[in-house]
Amino acid sequence: MEFFAQQFINGLTLGSIYGLIAIGYTMVFGIIGMVNFAHGDVFMVSAFIALIAFLILTTWLGLSSVALVFLIVLVVAMVLTALWGWAIERVAYRPLRGSFRLAPLISAIGVSIFLSNFVQVVQGARNKPVPPLVRDVIVLYQNEQYTVTLSYKQAIIMVTTAVLLAGFWYLVQKTPFGRAQRAVEQDRRMAALLGINVDRTISLTFVLGAALAAVAGTLYLLYYGVVSFSDGFVPGVKAFTAAVLGGIGSLPGAVIGGIIIGLIETFWSAYFSIEYKDVAAFLILIVVLIFKPSGILGRPEVEKV
Amino acid sequence: MASGSTTPIAATARAEASPLPGLIKDAGLFALVTLGLCVPIVSYRTDLGQGIGLVITSRWGTVFALCAAIFVLRFLQQLYLGGRDRRRAARAPIAVVEGASRLGAILAPITLGIALTLPLLAALGAGSLGEGRYWIDLGILILTYVMLGWGLNIVVGLAGLLDLGYVAFYAVGAYSYALLSTVFGLSFWVCLPMAGLFAAAFGVLLGFPVLRLRGDYLAIVTLAFGEIIRLVLINWTDFSGGSAGISSIPRVSFFGLPFTAGESGFAATFGLAFNPMHRLVFLYYLILVLALVTNLVTLRMRRLPLGRAWEALREDEIACRSLGIDTTITKLTAFALGAMFAGFAGSFFAVRQAFVSPESFNFLESAIILAIVVLGGMGSQIGVAIAAIVMVGGPELLRNLGFLKAVFGEGFDPNEYRLLLFGLAMVAMMVFRPRGLISERTPSVTIAERGR
Amino acid sequence: MTLAAGPTRLATVKDEPLAAMPGGPADPVLIVDHLTMRFGGLTAVNDLSFKVGRGDITALIGPNGAGKTTVFNCITGFYKPTEGMIRLVQKGGETYMLERLPGHDVNRLARVARTFQNIRLFPRMTVLENLLVAMHKPLMRASGFSILGILGLPAYRSAEKAGIDKAAAWLDRIGLTARADDAAGDLPYGDQRRLEIARAMCTDPVLLCLDEPAAGLNPRESSELNTLLRLIRDEYDTSVLLIEHDMSVVMQISDRIVVLDYGIKIADGTPDDIRTDTRVIAAYLGVDDEEVAAVEAEVGLTGTQA
Repeated sequence: MEFFAQQFINGLTLGSIYGLIAIGYTMVFGIIGMVNFAHGDVFMVSAFIALIAFLILTTWLGLSSVALVFLIVLVVAMVLTALWGWAIERVAYRPLRGSFRLAPLISAIGVSIFLSNFVQVVQGARNKPVPPLVRDVIVLYQNEQYTVTLSYKQAIIMVTTAVLLAGFWYLVQKTPFGRAQRAVEQDRRMAALLGINVDRTISLTFVLGAALAAVAGTLYLLYYGVVSFSDGFVPGVKAFTAAVLGGIGSLPGAVIGGIIIGLIETFWSAYFSIEYKDVAAFLILIVVLIFKPSGILGRPEVEKV
Repeated sequence: MASGSTTPIAATARAEASPLPGLIKDAGLFALVTLGLCVPIVSYRTDLGQGIGLVITSRWGTVFALCAAIFVLRFLQQLYLGGRDRRRAARAPIAVVEGASRLGAILAPITLGIALTLPLLAALGAGSLGEGRYWIDLGILILTYVMLGWGLNIVVGLAGLLDLGYVAFYAVGAYSYALLSTVFGLSFWVCLPMAGLFAAAFGVLLGFPVLRLRGDYLAIVTLAFGEIIRLVLINWTDFSGGSAGISSIPRVSFFGLPFTAGESGFAATFGLAFNPMHRLVFLYYLILVLALVTNLVTLRMRRLPLGRAWEALREDEIACRSLGIDTTITKLTAFALGAMFAGFAGSFFAVRQAFVSPESFNFLESAIILAIVVLGGMGSQIGVAIAAIVMVGGPELLRNLGFLKAVFGEGFDPNEYRLLLFGLAMVAMMVFRPRGLISERTPSVTIAERGR
Repeated sequence: MTLAAGPTRLATVKDEPLAAMPGGPADPVLIVDHLTMRFGGLTAVNDLSFKVGRGDITALIGPNGAGKTTVFNCITGFYKPTEGMIRLVQKGGETYMLERLPGHDVNRLARVARTFQNIRLFPRMTVLENLLVAMHKPLMRASGFSILGILGLPAYRSAEKAGIDKAAAWLDRIGLTARADDAAGDLPYGDQRRLEIARAMCTDPVLLCLDEPAAGLNPRESSELNTLLRLIRDEYDTSVLLIEHDMSVVMQISDRIVVLDYGIKIADGTPDDIRTDTRVIAAYLGVDDEEVAAVEAEVGLTGTQA
């Protein structure tokens, strides 16, 4: 039971990160119906930005306040990654509207290959470790055999995720941007006729998705303390799985899906075999797509004849 | 942030009408965005230092060089495109298409001629067969990708099914030969067809449940399948040898005659002096024949009702159903046939390397094959061949060019930039020429054939 | 009735619903029986029954949103109806329950062909190839499911030649011989419409369903279409069911007209019957039955006007 509780906390932490990435997939899919294959690599780029910002703040500027460093790193990563998100949409996806069906996906694969190799070329292929920012843990429960702990890192990850999700939820539900986004999602031409700037709405969707990926990237770096150029692929596929599982196009679905994937992965590693943990995620993806492509909260698709 | 970053759109629109100052402003904005993107990921490089932590070095010079390059490129692009609508450029003016197809008609026989005589050319050019080894090796590498490209072209180019896990079937073929030969001692010539059949069977197995999915979901599912195969190969050590792979796989024989120096060897039987290069030349011709068979079958299939149904499926699945075509079976045949050729190529890979490991079958490999098909112009056979030569052979050749080292410094290795360029090329292709470099489609049948 | 999906021969029950549904053509090729189709809470088609006579041209008309295309999609296997039966009776008496067949078998076995409201050709393939794709079933058999074909055996060659001849004959008929080797997507709109009909005819259908074939055609093209449809009815064993808004086409060529409004059949009869039917007029003019007389007087409609 103690072991279970500990794994549950670990899974929830991992799931928060997946959920944040999954929102980027689900929003983009919702608004332009494409699988943004490069999103996982945008996440990886953001982790690198966070890494460098962290190093500059701590080694060059000598900042020592943990909270301040974390906050600055987070904001810097979000802003710069958002620029990446914006530029990618502008260069690689926008010219393809109205092209053939698979063109955006192929272009996205190209962006994904480009990003990971770009980072490899400019930052090198080796793993990049950072010293842990926070080490403290809160002991939640203790008996003679086992201790259940919640580390500060995990607490930070969960709190950050929750706060940002709340803010994001407000943005999408209550602001003019959110309304425009939902309008474009349902009927792009009609939205344009009603005076909504469709291009800007789509751009903003990418910007927001990238910013949330940057949050995930920063938290990932905080949690694991290491990042490499190839770290975009597997978390990317898992977050996509989360988005599909939750029902692609649905925001709460993405978060629920992320948490489920995080929990499954953690429990799978803890109780079955750690070697096959990625296989588990991939299998879930295949099974969900085959048997329930609309996911938990998504709407089924009606074929248009 | 967001409001600031939307200005370049307006600037672009204006630049198309306005002359020089507008162009400069537009290019300037591009350079500015590049600057933003380079911070901090290019401007500060992190390296493992002497101690535990990372050391940062600034490289603002590189950043400004990059920004300047983007500025110039964007400026020239705007200058040449002028006010022309980019979408019209993407549709390819007729003259360009004709030029490209004429180019294809000339290039095809030349390429084939060089391919057929490459060992001879290499031997003559380098002085002896042994010294021409590099060229023959390169030829084998390129032809392997040509064959894989042609195989995937059936699935992606003809049937319009985006398969991101193609390398899984390549792996099935390679491990089929590796295991059948090391465990059961079967010869390559028995294993080759079996490897193809196994791969095709895997294709059917995977294809049956997933082929009714919509295009992009299918792509993701095939990707997941490819990764599962790789992870199983890594982790199921008893079966596949794990990450260490399988080594000392038996070498290829000349239809039973081994390429050895002994009495019963190939050289002795044919009264030739023994030369270790014989096997390599034989391997070269083996992959050439395999690739040409792939090509021949594809060309034949295009003229058959099934092949025509594949193309129809790519164009409009709903119309196909209304014409009585069983779309699942039709997709499945394309998937299985493509997988079969990957299986053949895989067993060739295993016999050439005499070693297989899961390392060779990662997603990147699938992406490279896909890039070759996309760049070649989905559906065009000669286009795929040329794309494979350029994308695989190009960086190899560039590596040996001395002046590049002089320009970019001693440590310059074009192979490092190969994938980076692959990615960029895929994006550029989709944006500017979505139908590929050679986008001309040859009709599978013409009305003139009525009189035959 | 509880038989598994597939071509179900129903010789014994064949006569039953005919008796239950009096009127209509004596020798029907298609019997739609109590068809209901719901999408979530929306009932697009409600308890619809009608018959299509063998050798007739039957028109399905109604105001926008009346559920006509939904009926088509149910008949041609794209939707599975919520309730009801759709039977196709071939000349020999073989009966297929269309609602139970998988999508492609509606054409392959029951031989129902269709066209689409927004034309669905294979745009990058040539005109000739479009027609050959429609001969998939016979050519596939001739090529030994590709195995013999890949070896280049002569049996397939002659089958292919026969196929090309058949396609050429259709190209002559629709006046597109000169453009046989051009991409179908490059044809003008009217030619694309005719090509789609020819392509459907190349599957040798018993019943041809046309979804607004005259939409977007100019008067000349429209009259060419009339000629083509009459030719199909008179020279082939093909009955025609069409959805159409263009009343000049409907009134001139239809043998029978079925009128839908809000998913319910409001009239069924010859063009002359329909022209004078007050409910039809009301549906088209959007007024209540009682007001029809007043409206008729107002617009000077006398019932004899075409």
